[in-house]
Amino acid sequence: MKSLEDLKKLRDQALKNMEMRYQVGGTRIQVGMGTCGIAAGARPVLNKFVEEIAKQNLKNVGITQVGCMGECAFEPIIEIVEQDGTSTIYARVNERMVHEIIEEHIMGGKRIQKYLLSAIKR
Amino acid sequence: MLERCHVLICGGTGCLSSHSKEIQIEFDKCLGELGIRSEIKLVLTGCFGLCEKGPVVIVYPDETFYTHVKLRDIKEICEEHLLKGRVVNRLVVTNPDDRKKLLHFSELKFYAKQKRIALRNCGNINPLEIDEYIAKDGYLALGKVLTEMTPKEAIDEMKKSGLRGRGGGGFSTGVKWEFAHRSISDQKYVICNADEGDPGAFMDRAVLEGDPHSVIEAMAICGYAIGANQGYVYVRAEYPVAVERLGIAIEQAREYNVIGKNIFGTGFHFDVEIRLGAGAFVCGEETALIASIEGERGMPRMKPPFPAVRGLWGKPTNVNNVETLANVPVIYLKGADWFKSIGTEKSSGTKVFALGGKIQNTGLLEVPMGTTLREVIFDIGGGIPNRRKFKAVQTGGPSGGCITEKDLDTPIDFDNLIQLGSMMGSGGMIVMDEDNCMVDVARFYLDFTVDESCGKCTPCREGTKRMLDILDKICQGEGEVEDLDRLEELGTMIKEASLCGLGQTAPNPVLSTLKHFRAEYMAHVVDKSCPAGVCANLTKYVVLDNCIGCTKCLKNCPVNAITGSVKQKHVIDLSLCIRCGACKKACPVNAISSKPEDVRGVLNA
Repeated sequence: MKSLEDLKKLRDQALKNMEMRYQVGGTRIQVGMGTCGIAAGARPVLNKFVEEIAKQNLKNVGITQVGCMGECAFEPIIEIVEQDGTSTIYARVNERMVHEIIEEHIMGGKRIQKYLLSAIKR
Repeated sequence: MLERCHVLICGGTGCLSSHSKEIQIEFDKCLGELGIRSEIKLVLTGCFGLCEKGPVVIVYPDETFYTHVKLRDIKEICEEHLLKGRVVNRLVVTNPDDRKKLLHFSELKFYAKQKRIALRNCGNINPLEIDEYIAKDGYLALGKVLTEMTPKEAIDEMKKSGLRGRGGGGFSTGVKWEFAHRSISDQKYVICNADEGDPGAFMDRAVLEGDPHSVIEAMAICGYAIGANQGYVYVRAEYPVAVERLGIAIEQAREYNVIGKNIFGTGFHFDVEIRLGAGAFVCGEETALIASIEGERGMPRMKPPFPAVRGLWGKPTNVNNVETLANVPVIYLKGADWFKSIGTEKSSGTKVFALGGKIQNTGLLEVPMGTTLREVIFDIGGGIPNRRKFKAVQTGGPSGGCITEKDLDTPIDFDNLIQLGSMMGSGGMIVMDEDNCMVDVARFYLDFTVDESCGKCTPCREGTKRMLDILDKICQGEGEVEDLDRLEELGTMIKEASLCGLGQTAPNPVLSTLKHFRAEYMAHVVDKSCPAGVCANLTKYVVLDNCIGCTKCLKNCPVNAITGSVKQKHVIDLSLCIRCGACKKACPVNAISSKPEDVRGVLNA
């Protein structure tokens, strides 16, 4: 390390790897990881979310895994809970959709109607 | 690949002794079998503080706090929680107030009342990863001081913060630095005093184990302020985990060049080395410590000259305690005014306490100065277990004194504790309940100081031994009333005539128990009875009238000294009784008492 600037750069990089331990509030993405969810492919989806969020350098977005969400036929299901409590549920999520959800919903603030559980169930 | 889940396993000495290292290995194995090892980060951290509930495991991002985790539980945590997202409820910490499970550990009362400055990273970061320390603004304070401040400004900032030595003395850290700064010499030294010797105190160990880099960074800052380029950490060899982690931390810091030559390109050099101590209590005294580093026998010498003028190898030396140093980087990051705003006017900041003895939450906690003893013992500590009554708390270890119920609402700071006849010391807090005999407690501490006296001053070497003899006599039941005066006379004399802090404070436990619990001493010497039922020779166990005749005591007595038939009051034959107390423990209705008759009468009324 040659200068204070190097240290600050290293700090920002290192902090990224630890952020999940310090996030308070913000948006939470909950991935259903019941047996049904895992069987339907929830784990790669969960990992993809982690990866995308780091890639886009999003602050205040946390990812949690939760148990079975009840609609096993429509797994993998994810729920996005905003800070104010509004919730959006997407169903039959796959890795390809993760990128879209991050860009349009999380970053753009727009729900993707066609992926909503309510839309798919109809 | 970025991990989706961080599992933090407490790696403090407390939890390590209940197999947290093996728990980490088991996690590694189970996660591997499930094929999710790369998705989960395992971190062995420093002490979380709640040692009572160890081994402790925290899972992020859920903030799930698992307590008393056993090796056989790991598979379940991995399969249920980490794979399927279902929290393993039976291992989750319970709220002591309503017995409900707490989902987030920050809701725990134990943590809610704390403010963590010195322990800020303990239990949060991996002490073996310098990157995690840097992520938490590590070495930024050093960078700031080196590039933006002159040594004089750094000292002024430290003086302004009001930080006082956390090792016991409570001397202003800034003023101490200034003395060393003013001494003119070609070579100066910084020493970190990690010779933590008080029975029951383990905060320095926790900092070194959980956040070693904060100490290294602070030593470098101090070195810049006073003009030293070499630091030594004097740590006892009985702390193998701390020594190992500190060693690794120093290596990593050198690799990153945050210590070493030309730090941050400013031309400032500073290096740190470890010196191992053999665990002598007296080596916590700075001049004895310096003698020990020089290879001499650890004995204090006359001050002045103070170490700031003539210290290690005759050169100006600044000695600071571990906890003091752990506060230093934060003061430069957040400013002296911020630090001053915490705590009381004359004692700013926080203090770490090690809670032990008869207390629910044995462990480590950090509170702002000015918090009352009652809050520490009853709110954070969770009170006395087994519905026993609080009797006294010993602060300051073998150098301090006991504080009783009536003074529990005193805000804790350096000056208040001294006024109460005790002292802050390094922060050990031993809680005693009605089953503790105060004469026995005083004897325990004195026994320790007799062992640890270096022998240089006769009053300390011989005087403490004589005091111990008298206490032994009293506990044997051979004491006389005059002995109490003799204890007081000897104690006062030893305090006045000893050279160093060890001798000057050694009689404190005896003097303060004599002051607050004279009646208990009198019971020993006049009535020949020990009200708490600890001193075997002075204890008479009797069965009270509320005996239900369950025969449990009879079955538990190892010498068959109890007779009686079912549903009848039993009787203890005192000529056979060996005062082991097994009957008292076995009794379901508290019908066996060791208290003398008059005390018993009051209790039953």
